[in-house]
Amino acid sequence: MSDTVSALQGAAFEGIARVEEAGLRGMVTFRGDLTAAKVKTAVKAASGVAIPGQRGIAMSGEGGAAAATGAAAATGAAAATGAAWMSPDELLILVPHAEADAAVATLNDKLSGTHFMAENVSDARAVFTVTGGKAREVIGKLAPVDMGAFGQGEIRRTRFAQVPAALWMHGEEAFTIVCFRSVADYMFGLLRAAAQEGSEVGVY
Amino acid sequence: MLILECPCCGVTGEETEFHGGGEAHLKRFGPGSADTDFENYLFMRENPKGVHLERWRHVNGCGKWFHVARCTVTLEIFGSYSAQTLEPPQEIKDAISAKRPGWSWRDFS
Repeated sequence: MSDTVSALQGAAFEGIARVEEAGLRGMVTFRGDLTAAKVKTAVKAASGVAIPGQRGIAMSGEGGAAAATGAAAATGAAAATGAAWMSPDELLILVPHAEADAAVATLNDKLSGTHFMAENVSDARAVFTVTGGKAREVIGKLAPVDMGAFGQGEIRRTRFAQVPAALWMHGEEAFTIVCFRSVADYMFGLLRAAAQEGSEVGVY
Repeated sequence: MLILECPCCGVTGEETEFHGGGEAHLKRFGPGSADTDFENYLFMRENPKGVHLERWRHVNGCGKWFHVARCTVTLEIFGSYSAQTLEPPQEIKDAISAKRPGWSWRDFS
């Protein structure tokens, strides 16, 4: 297979927070009845975690990233698996990039005969990390989210300026942002501008 | 600026995270219906000064449709509720009645 690369190939910016394109991440969109026992078992098998509750995200193996920042955190996160609650009938299953097809196969295998959908969307997405003490400020400038009340274990789908995105915390003062790959450059531009040196607002 | 709560994912977000979808509780009249019914369904919309029931979609979020009861004068939100219903639930009606006694909207009051 050809050598896959992420949209911005690890572009990074250091300002009031560190913004970094986090590289390739395996993502599987799953749609189905999240309350069904069969679905719960299959998701557990594919993601390694139980289905999270409303707006929850459950990760395993991301703990090592809590202390690290930047590249080390991105590497730790890329090896983590987990599941995020996207809507009442949708989950985002996170796996290492090379294992996304296997996760889809696991779901197809365990749920044959059930009404559901599992699709490998890894290459349609771009992932960014924003880390540092002023990370909340950077995000608060771009998304209509109360960052003061945002905590770990929560995923928020929202918009960053003009593009839809989802964000969660992968550690203290460390955020992961997922958006469409086609707007990766726009997203990096936004984050870089919001993280400019001396641009802190001092709200969070 | 409206602050809406999505009943599907529980997010309280501001207007730009959502998209308005016009009047709620429309009853479709399709092929074979009377011309006046079809015209009413297709073109005739409420344009109230006061209580209004609308459809909204959480477009930059969970992507689900839901209904909102609000006041077009004060932009006050009385509540949001599931789109899988033919009329507003009693608690929404009560919430409107508490603020706007004697309100009516189409067949509801």
